[in-house]
Amino acid sequence: MNGTKPKKVYFYGTCLVDLFFPDAGMAGIQLLRRAGVEVVFPEGQTCCGQPAFNCGYWEEARDVARTQVALFPQDLPVILPSGSCAGMMKVHYPELFHGQPDEAKVRAFSARVYELTQFLVDVLDVKLQDLGEPVKVTWHSSCHAVRDLGLKGEPQALIGQLANVELAPLAREYECCGFGGTFAVRHPEISGAMVTDKVADATATGASVVLSTDGGCLMNVNGALEAKRSKLKVQHIAEFLWERTRAR
Amino acid sequence: MHAEKEIHFRDAAAKALLDPQLRANFRRAMDGLITKRKAQFPDPRDLQDLRDLSTAIRSRSLLCLPELLEQLEASCTKNGIKVHWAETCEQANQLILGILQAKGAKTLVKGKSMVSEEMHLNAFLESKGIEALESDLGEYIIQLDGETPSHIIMPAIHKNKDQIARQFSQKIKDAKYTEDVDELTAMARKVLRQKFLDADAGLSGVNFAVAETGTLCLVENEGNGRMSTHVPPVHIAVMGLEKVVAQLEDVAPLYAILTRSATGQAVSTYFNLITGPRGAGEKDGPQEVHLVILDNGRSRIYADPQLRATLRCIRCGACMNHCPVYTRVGGHAYEAIYPGPIGKILTPQMEGVGVRHDLIHGSSLCGACGEVCPVEIPIPEILVRLRREATHDDMASTVAGKGTGRTATEDWAWRLWAGVTKRPALYRVATWFATRFGKALPASAPLIKNWTQSRTKPVPARRSLSERMRAEGASHE
Ligand code: SF4
Repeated sequence: MNGTKPKKVYFYGTCLVDLFFPDAGMAGIQLLRRAGVEVVFPEGQTCCGQPAFNCGYWEEARDVARTQVALFPQDLPVILPSGSCAGMMKVHYPELFHGQPDEAKVRAFSARVYELTQFLVDVLDVKLQDLGEPVKVTWHSSCHAVRDLGLKGEPQALIGQLANVELAPLAREYECCGFGGTFAVRHPEISGAMVTDKVADATATGASVVLSTDGGCLMNVNGALEAKRSKLKVQHIAEFLWERTRAR
Repeated sequence: MHAEKEIHFRDAAAKALLDPQLRANFRRAMDGLITKRKAQFPDPRDLQDLRDLSTAIRSRSLLCLPELLEQLEASCTKNGIKVHWAETCEQANQLILGILQAKGAKTLVKGKSMVSEEMHLNAFLESKGIEALESDLGEYIIQLDGETPSHIIMPAIHKNKDQIARQFSQKIKDAKYTEDVDELTAMARKVLRQKFLDADAGLSGVNFAVAETGTLCLVENEGNGRMSTHVPPVHIAVMGLEKVVAQLEDVAPLYAILTRSATGQAVSTYFNLITGPRGAGEKDGPQEVHLVILDNGRSRIYADPQLRATLRCIRCGACMNHCPVYTRVGGHAYEAIYPGPIGKILTPQMEGVGVRHDLIHGSSLCGACGEVCPVEIPIPEILVRLRREATHDDMASTVAGKGTGRTATEDWAWRLWAGVTKRPALYRVATWFATRFGKALPASAPLIKNWTQSRTKPVPARRSLSERMRAEGASHE
């Protein structure tokens, strides 16, 4: 794929986007298509296996991961609208399959995995034209997107391309929102304190939308905002970018 | 082996979260430490270079740990430092008691030592009629209240100035109430000064022990470490067996990254290199120096190639300063000697992963700890590994309490999850039901109830992405 832009990619929806944020998934696919890329959406997608992996149930995680890897046989990039799940597939699959007979196959798969904004910026080098009304947004960086996967400001770069969008940073941009998968229900008090602080931080920015690349963070922050009957909304970055740039 | 009841981090944490003063104290203090550390590392490449070097030094030291420990013993002995080995805390306590009793010592003045906290040395000595007085200001403050450290570097960080002012005016004889930091420090200093002069023995920790030269390095800011180790006639140093490095050259980078990561200082006020007792014709220094090397579960951690990384730790505290959980619940909620992220991986390995199962799960795996750790300990990865160890009794595993955190409910839940998730047809049915009836789930259902403590219930979309793509007739291959 060096230098030349791929013509065709796989899209992996992820379980949370599939069930809770399908619009974000559709938007991600549209952004890719508009950039001239054909999108293949294999049937049989379920979950990357991260919840089981993080809880130490590696056999169960592997069983599931194997079925997912099998859905992407061709040597095409695999694009995910989630930093956390992309991190799981790219960084943690090789650990999970370490010493397994199919390790080499899984490693080859992992090497093809990208988070959506990463792919849009680093590989496709997309240029966006803002067609929306002026708006102030804030950005929540997902911990796994930054620390596991190693996103280096790609989402902010995309937001920066939009002329009418003001990005007001969070005071604690890199602090966890408290989701952490099962952590949110195993330690609801700590997780609750974290998301409450995140919501206060977001509110203080004066933004009207909190953007993120991760379904987990979005669900968490959205739930806390709704519980406070806040006017602030959350949106997946793909959906936000698509809504503002599509011709109507 | 660990038949004790599980200790629930959740309960203590929930309680701590309800204390606004405590939360404010920690948040303010941690914010300060984060800012100061950041100022010490203006160039990310320089930082990474220093981390690489420090990690390499610690890894290399661990690689030849048995040899280095032998060499350390030989070098120390040559320097006139008497070396003692203790497998358990009980043995270490008895050893120290023996040294003190042989000298007829009745009072011990202590510099800061987390290993002595591990041993519960103060309580042990008190039960034997020996007074152990903490001379580090923070340690002194908590000792006055009979508390344990809430941070490994700043043991009294859970208290603010006003709280300390009140405490001093009540607990120190003839003290007047003041909120002036210098006056408060002067008060403690007056008490401690006399104790240093009167003490029969002094005790300290060790930051690095140099195998080649038999040098004990001690990093401190108050001079109390130097006083504890040089004024009384006997100096006893205690260290965990992982603290050894090969040569003096190894110390400089570790020291540089330790003070910067810990308190955001380029150098500490004092850096003591202790190479033995007072020599013939010398005017000061102790007559005897003892080094007690404690195992207390460390060799067990050492036995596992992945978990061994835990022992790279140089106890800088940066992981706790940057931890979103620690910042909110404080150190005492961990009910452990070592709090924060390092405590989360160390404590379960020492006490048993089953007993501490709840603690191992008390992390969102956000990775802030691993990101700042000067010796790149992959704390989140180790947490995940320990979660596995807690619920699986793998034959080859050497982890304490392995498999004892397993419950039928969790096993069953993950098996069910995998059963559905690895069968796309079944999963499709499950998501279909979720999209159509997910709304109907009561907010009081188990787990959902925990979620809705602070949030509304998540409601599935009316049609899943897969369903929409199918309807769109998207290409599948
Ligand atoms: S684990 Fe790393 S960051 Fe934490 S105290 Fe040890 S050396 Fe410092």
